[in-house]
Amino acid sequence: MVSKLSNAQIAWRAAQDLPDGAYVNLGIGFPEMIAKFKPQGREVVYHTENGILDFGQAPPAGEEDWDLINAGKKAVTLNPGAAFFHHADSFAMVRGGHLDVAVLGAYEVAETGDLANWSTGPGSVPAVGGAMDLVHGARQVWVVTDHVTKKGEPKLLKECRLPLTGVACVTTVFTSLAVIDIVDRRFVLREKLPRISLGDLQAVTGATLVVGDTVGELNVPEL
Amino acid sequence: MNKTYPSLEDALDAVEDGMSVMIGGFGGAGAPIELIHALVDRYKRTGSPGNLTVVNNNAGNGAIGIAAMIYAGMVAKMVCSFPRSSDPKAFTERYLAGQIELELVPQGTLAERIRAGGAGIPAFYTPTSYGTQLAEGKPVEEFEGRPYVRERWLKADISLIKAELADRRGNLTYRKAARNFSPLMAMAATTTIVQASRIVEPGGIDPEQVVTPGIFVHRIVEVREPKQEEALLREGAK
Repeated sequence: MVSKLSNAQIAWRAAQDLPDGAYVNLGIGFPEMIAKFKPQGREVVYHTENGILDFGQAPPAGEEDWDLINAGKKAVTLNPGAAFFHHADSFAMVRGGHLDVAVLGAYEVAETGDLANWSTGPGSVPAVGGAMDLVHGARQVWVVTDHVTKKGEPKLLKECRLPLTGVACVTTVFTSLAVIDIVDRRFVLREKLPRISLGDLQAVTGATLVVGDTVGELNVPEL
Repeated sequence: MNKTYPSLEDALDAVEDGMSVMIGGFGGAGAPIELIHALVDRYKRTGSPGNLTVVNNNAGNGAIGIAAMIYAGMVAKMVCSFPRSSDPKAFTERYLAGQIELELVPQGTLAERIRAGGAGIPAFYTPTSYGTQLAEGKPVEEFEGRPYVRERWLKADISLIKAELADRRGNLTYRKAARNFSPLMAMAATTTIVQASRIVEPGGIDPEQVVTPGIFVHRIVEVREPKQEEALLREGAK
């Protein structure tokens, strides 16, 4: 297997697609890293479910205000023009179609756009948070993920096996090997690492990759 | 009209065994720590109020706040979206031992159910959870070609709220992202009990700045310099 992209590199690649002027929700954890790589000159307003638009970076250690946190319960700061609102308004922004992009992590993504990212099945304490809301409403729902599980099994499948977060909701998957759009319930390959062959990429993908006339090169700087 | 109460204990005397209690806050932001601990103290002293159903986004962190209620044995059921935290032991142990019930609700659905409860709307349709385990058994209807899941309102006997400013008539402001669920929960309870960092005379809050109008608020008690749950946890509070 060729060397794959790191999480930071996947986040960098996703960040290149942030549209200027977009309202964006970045999921807790890995997706949050995308903010760091937003291309200069593009203005993006970040939404956090707990009730802030236009929050900024973390404050220096020791200067946290714990009433000023994001959905991951990490301390943040405010940008000029920020706004506070209550939870019903916050999720009106989500479900009402006002967000341009929501980015989430995934256990599994199906070619139909189904997403599983909240439960690994029975035996643990179930917790869903805002994920089931976020996958409905944002105009684009992106997933950032390793292309395969830690055991090397495909995470991109014909059908999800784990409990679903949402049905037919994902629009683009940024993986450690490729960028894949979901169009008409098929995985359409937009870009792949130049050093991996189409055959090898298909072999670690659990559903057919549709390949158009051209496939772009997934080129990401060392980070 | 004067909704102020002289002490936490007096303000909380409306809370009885078996009640449903909404508690404001998202993680530590907005958690009414003094109200919660006055209730825990009363339970430890008198054995009441127990068998409570608690509604909050989370299910406690560490050993303070809602986690202290769970450790004390006051909570029979949690209604929440995310029963995890940096230290979720209080809830996790009891849940896995079958000692506490969980109703898991997607976060936005939880907010809207509470809003609906306060607004007199018995049910509504949402795209959230369609096709998932959390929609099982719920009616589905199509609108403009898309499927939506019917969800019911959520009301409570009591709401416990942390506000920044209150006037004697119950108008409230909040501090930063500590607002979260509180304006919704204030609407959805039979008795809404508020701890405010400062109580001012009517007119002391600019009407343009009022977030929760006083009609939703029944009891107010002043707690100057209230504790912040996350700050307490980071100081190692037990």
